[in-house]
Amino acid sequence: MTGLLRTSIEAQFSDIWLEGELSNLRAPGSGHVYCTLKDKASQIRAVLFRSTAVRLRFALQEGLHVIVRGRLTVYEPRGEYQIVLDTVEPKGIGALQLAFEQLKERLAMEGLFDQDRKKSIPAFPRTVGVVTSLTGAAIRDILAVLRRRWPTLHILIAPVQVQGENAGCQIAEALIALNKLGSVDVIIVGRGGGSLEDLWSFNEEIVVRAIAGSHVPVVSAVGHEIDVTLADFVADLRAPTPSAAAEAVVPVLTETVERLRELKVRLGQVMLRHCAFERQRLDAGIRGVTDVRFRLQEAAQRTDDMVDRLREMVQQLLTAWRERVHGVQRDLSGLNPILAIKQGLAIVPQFSKRLEGQMGVMLAQHRYRIHAKLAQLNTLSPLAILRRGYSILQTVPAGQILHRANDVGVGQELEAQLASGRLSCTVTQVFDDSSV
Amino acid sequence: MAAVKFEQAMARLEAIVGELEKSDLPLDESLRIFEEGIRLSKNCLKILEEAEHKVEVLVQDKNGKKRIHAYSPDDAADEPSS
Repeated sequence: MTGLLRTSIEAQFSDIWLEGELSNLRAPGSGHVYCTLKDKASQIRAVLFRSTAVRLRFALQEGLHVIVRGRLTVYEPRGEYQIVLDTVEPKGIGALQLAFEQLKERLAMEGLFDQDRKKSIPAFPRTVGVVTSLTGAAIRDILAVLRRRWPTLHILIAPVQVQGENAGCQIAEALIALNKLGSVDVIIVGRGGGSLEDLWSFNEEIVVRAIAGSHVPVVSAVGHEIDVTLADFVADLRAPTPSAAAEAVVPVLTETVERLRELKVRLGQVMLRHCAFERQRLDAGIRGVTDVRFRLQEAAQRTDDMVDRLREMVQQLLTAWRERVHGVQRDLSGLNPILAIKQGLAIVPQFSKRLEGQMGVMLAQHRYRIHAKLAQLNTLSPLAILRRGYSILQTVPAGQILHRANDVGVGQELEAQLASGRLSCTVTQVFDDSSV
Repeated sequence: MAAVKFEQAMARLEAIVGELEKSDLPLDESLRIFEEGIRLSKNCLKILEEAEHKVEVLVQDKNGKKRIHAYSPDDAADEPSS
């Protein structure tokens, strides 16, 4: 019965369109994809065989709203009917658009589009690699611009298909091959304008990864300005068109040569200026040295003058001192005691003569006066008085000369001095004057 | 790579001119970099003059080996129009 049903169903529903949401998505190792397609009211099992699944550009996701085309069949072991899908299209946006968004999100998560991955484009490339088709407008535009701007540029074209089944692989391989050469400074990868379908190769993961893996900086130039591909996101520089890419990678040779000449001229001028300045400084220095020499001479002269004057002054001082010393010497020699002594010695004999003379006179005078006094004394001598009959009474043994009778008592021994000889007497009576 | 050498030489040359224009360098130092600048500018011009325009194509032969040959418009005939 199942067999009959199957024949009947397959005949009747050999090509049907359905719209619904994907659920119960399963993708076992076989590569076939199983799911359930459902809307609000109903659901149906669906199978996507591997051969169809690999052709899908976007990834099937749970809940994705899709429009499918296929044929109904019955899976006999379970007695279930299911739809075998030929085509799956996302509802609303195109399949390519969805695939683009999905891949962009995934690669962005990986960091492939990060700004810090971007390499800088060399300012003066000698060899430019171009990955594009040899037949499109892109290569003509690129060659024209490169040749105009930098006529001596070395251009290396890696021809590839830029659309169709093999395009992605070819582009990726060309990028790898140009990297391997080692002589390429920058690579332009791109093509002219076209539909989203035409430009699709530049959204393929293999191309994006080849650009990301390139050691040589890559400039993308895909389609027109409004076309944005994943190659643009991952490239080190995105040019809106192939011509713009060519302009971006090379400067204008004549301008560069001009710039170089100008630099050379400025170099010479500035060095000349520098030298002139240094020359002035040198001249000023030489003037300074001359001045110093002049000043030195002047100073030497002044020094000589001063030395001369000093010498004169010293001479004068010396002379003055010498004169003073002579003066003092003269004074001193006047005061020499030897002279005085000599004079003294001359005087002494005169003095002694005078002294002797004087002494003789004085002695004679004194002798005379002494004789006179002696004569005078003779007249006054008690002996002379005694000779005239007077005597002198003295107490014995005191020897007192008696002047009054009262001075002695009766019995007093007396001695009487006469002009010649003496008498020993004793008092027998005393007679006072009053008694007379 | 020659491109890098040229770029560095140009950058160095610009730096030298800028430095000399500031003119606060001692004379022997400025003479030294002046000579370097002259050498650089000569080298740069030489690099530019020696460069020779050529357009080549990288192709894969039947054994899968990459070869480079001169580009001629005939090459275009082999490719389908895009």
